[in-house]
Formats: sequence, structure tokens, C-alpha cells
Amino acid sequence: MDYKRLTLFAGHYGSGKTNLALNYAYWLRERAPKVTVADLDIVNPYFRTKDAEADLRAAGIELISSAYANSNVDVPAMPKETYALIDGRDSLGVLDIGGDDRGALALGRYVPSILAEDDYEMLFVVNRSRPLTRTAEDAMTVFYEIQTACGLPFTAIVNNTNLGLSTTAEDVLASLDYADEISRLTGLPVKMTGADKRLAPALKDKVENLFPISILELYYMEKEGTSLGKINF
Amino acid sequence: MSEKVMMKGNEAIAEAAILAGLRHYFGYPITPQTEVAAYMAKKMPKIGGTFLQAESEIAAINMVYGVAATGKPAMTSSSSPGIALKCEGISYLAGCDLPALIVNVQRGGPGLGGIQPSQSDYYLATRGPGHGDFHVLVFAPASVQEMADLTGRAMHLAWKYRMPAMLLADGTLGQMMEPVVLPEPSNAYGEDNPWATTGTQMKRPHNIVNSLELAPETLEKNNIARFERYRKIEETEPLWEEYLMDDAEICIVSYGITARISRNAIVEARKQGIKVGMIRPITLWPFPKEPLAAAADKVRSFLCVEINMGQMKDDLELAIKCRKPVDLCYRVGGMIPTPDEVLEHIKKLAEGEE
Repeated sequence: MDYKRLTLFAGHYGSGKTNLALNYAYWLRERAPKVTVADLDIVNPYFRTKDAEADLRAAGIELISSAYANSNVDVPAMPKETYALIDGRDSLGVLDIGGDDRGALALGRYVPSILAEDDYEMLFVVNRSRPLTRTAEDAMTVFYEIQTACGLPFTAIVNNTNLGLSTTAEDVLASLDYADEISRLTGLPVKMTGADKRLAPALKDKVENLFPISILELYYMEKEGTSLGKINF
Repeated sequence: MSEKVMMKGNEAIAEAAILAGLRHYFGYPITPQTEVAAYMAKKMPKIGGTFLQAESEIAAINMVYGVAATGKPAMTSSSSPGIALKCEGISYLAGCDLPALIVNVQRGGPGLGGIQPSQSDYYLATRGPGHGDFHVLVFAPASVQEMADLTGRAMHLAWKYRMPAMLLADGTLGQMMEPVVLPEPSNAYGEDNPWATTGTQMKRPHNIVNSLELAPETLEKNNIARFERYRKIEETEPLWEEYLMDDAEICIVSYGITARISRNAIVEARKQGIKVGMIRPITLWPFPKEPLAAAADKVRSFLCVEINMGQMKDDLELAIKCRKPVDLCYRVGGMIPTPDEVLEHIKKLAEGEE
């Protein structure tokens, strides 16, 4: 799989962009000495790349994120260091864009520089398990909304169909046609299919461009086997 | 729709309300519940419903009051500071015996507080959020699945008892994503609501929706009748879940997100030979007094785990009539305890008891 100087992950919110962006940054770091992740999410108040800051630094990856991320205020400000990443051109960059057109709007100010350099991939992340992008047609609505909001055309599709930690290999396999249909409708290739690395053995012969990912686990979710009982009314 | 989908807690509330027949939503944005409104804004125009972003929280709850008077399901959602603003309207709904769904995805307080999660509106929700003598039904989901299931439940019971219901979640549950099986479509409100202001067609006397009573004798009678209804609800509607309580010597009492953290701590404590279980209230009003009183006969002590300064602890001590010691494990201000913090507390209790 080849890569460009800048890789941008955009899509419907809840598609798994942040997890994917972090995993992609680790993948790039194995191939290049200087990798920077930029959190451009101005929509989500919780569960941000900032949660992985210590792990990223330990792996030698820089993180640019808002000074207000994970704080007690809601200030959708973009970190000034983002300009250094985009105009400096001395580091590979992974950009985690906020969900939907509202999240992508903030990307617009960087687009002239990104287009001028012309060494980028703008990835449309899709998750068939999300109710508002269940069909390829619904995903296309989001596709056009994001492009219109930020002014940067997509260059490829990433199929990241998942149900979090309970995703099965069947869920991923059942989404391949969906991703192909989006590929056909957009005329863009499916760059990769992201899937929980625990599913990789079951998927590796069946999925082209499989990209195994580690999922960030949250400590307040039950460990396996202790989940809540079903309420009987 | 029986297939699993991946949803944020806030979205699950919105979709579940629509599936239970909601077509009128009024809100005002506030983190961490904004996705409820955002989802309604996307979905309502497609199904012929109303999404309206009001000029304020107060306006939104009064729009709910208006729709509720017509016998249609109506809903608003907000987070802690916004719910405080809605309290006047909630009291009017209660005073007029109108059903409505109010969602509170709690954040830290008091005042503007912060945007991180909290359970510090427990008092506000369970003591009747507003002026006057009244209650609202209060549901405390602990997963995205329960966000969906309890939303429908809240709407059905609000209509059955003609009173407002509150879904009391917290920022974590609102923001986190989990697989969910959405409920089957239902009609939470019956077809025929004889009390609704839908036009007399010259065939019946006027229905009047009003909380003002000129005669104190009548107002007293209305209040007493309402509380007789509340007594019935307290007998029949409490919901709770028991976890490893058969041989428990320590009983954790926790709801919402902290109940899930406690579960991990209990599993770890059991591995170390400590007999600890949990009673998780799912309705906070009516409070599940009966299983807690029964547990007080068996266990040596209780441990409340909450993300507030111990608001449910009062209800627990009342339910068990202070027969056993009750300790408190808490974090506040947007902080959440880790399973290890809860485990340490359990261990301290277990050692103290030996």
C-alpha cells in the first residue's frame, strides 16, 4: 500500500475515523521517521485522539490537538501548529477530520495549501453499521456534503464497517458489496478495509487491502463476560 | 429492525423516541446532548415530524407543554444547566397531568460547571424538578441499548400515568458508541385521549388544560389524588438489576455508567475472595426500596458508587432505614472512578469487616 505526504480521514461521524487515523499513523511510523497526527475534530467533546497522546509520543509520533480537547469547555478552536504541519512539509501528516459536513467545514482554511502541494489522500471512511449510512445512497449524501463543506475532493474510500468490539468477520464480509457500490458511484478505489486485528486471520484471504487495527478500549466498559443483564419489563 | 447497528447513546435516544411514535421535538443545543437534536433535525423532516430549535430551553419546554396538551407525544432534551431552566415548565406539565419525555444527559455542575459527565442532577430529578408537590418518572440507563429501551418505556409510562418522565443519562452514555438492537415500532400514546384538547366537534364539553385552581380545597384534592397515583407507581413500577447478590456480604448500589465500572470491580474483588454484589436501580423514581430493604437483612454493609457527592446515598439510607452502614465511593467535576478505585474501596470495606 503506498501513501502520500498528507492523509486525511473524513466521513460520517461514528465511522471510526479517529481509531483508523491512529492506527494508520503507527503504520506510517514503521515506514518513515517523522509522522504527525493532527486532531482537527471540532465536533466531538469526548473520545478524541488526545486519549492516545502518551502512546503516540512513546511511538515517536507527534500529536497536534486543541488545548481545550478533553477539558471542561467546548471551544472549537483549531491548533495553530496545524499550519506548521501543512506548510512545513517536513513530516508525514495524518489528519483526523470531524464528522459530517459540520466537522469538515473547519478543514476548508487549509485546503488551498493542500491542493497547491498536491501530495495528499482524502479518504472517505464508511461504516455500514451506522444507521444514517446504511445504504450506499445514504453514504453518497454524506460524501457530497463533506466535499462541499471543505472544498477538498475525496481520492479514495475506506471501508471501516464495525460494531466496535463485537464486530464479527461476517459483519465485515457482508459490507464488501456496500463498499464496492460506493466505489462504483464515486469512481474512486477502495484503498483499504479496516477491521479489528483479532479478525485478521478469518479475513486475510477474503478481503483485499485488509488493514488490521487495534481498537482503543474504554475502561468503564465491562470486560468480556460481565455485560449488563437485559431488562425484562 | 432487529439487526444490530452502531450508535451513540444520544442517537439511540432520538431513534427510539421516533420508533415509539414521537413526531414533535423541541430543543436547544448544549454539550454533551447535542446529537439528540442533530439526529432529530436530520430525521424529522423525512418522516413528516417537527424538529424545532427554540430560542431557549424555556421556550422549548413550553412548546412541549403545548403539544402534550393535544395528546401527542412530545419531547425535549438538554444537559444539566439547560434542565434547570426547564424546571418551571416541567412543574406546569405535572400540574396539568400531561405526559412528556424530558432527556437529561448530565454534565458537571453547579453553575456552568463543565462538559464532562456527571450524575449530580440526581436530587433535581428525583425530588420533582420544579416547584410544588410532584414527581416525574426517572429512568437511569447504563448502556446504549438501555438508552433505546428505556426511552420507549418512559414514553409509554408517561402516557399511562399522565405525568412527565425523565431519562437521566450522563455525558459518557450520551457520547459513547455501542451496538444496539433498536426496538420494534410502537405507539406509546393510545389513539383516544379523552383529556386532550383536540376540538369538541360540538359533541362534548371543553377539555381545559390548566394548573391554576381558584379554590384551595380543589387544589388540595388534586394534589392528594396525584399522590395516590404516585403510591401505585411506587408499588408497581420500580426496576432494578441484581448482580451476584446471592451470597454477597457487601452490596454496591450504583446506576448508569458507574454501575458498569462497579461491575468490573466486583469481578476483580470476587477473584480475591471478597463476597460483593450489586443492586443497580434502573428507575430512580420510583426508587427500588424493596430489594434494598431485603438486602439489608443479609449484607453487612452497602457501598454507593456515584459521580456526585453522594446524592443517592440518602435514598439508600431511607430505603434500608439506616440498619446497615453505607459508604460512598465518588468522583466529581467530570471525573469518573476507575474500576481499581472502586476495588480499593471494596477491599477497605472487606478488611474493616473482618
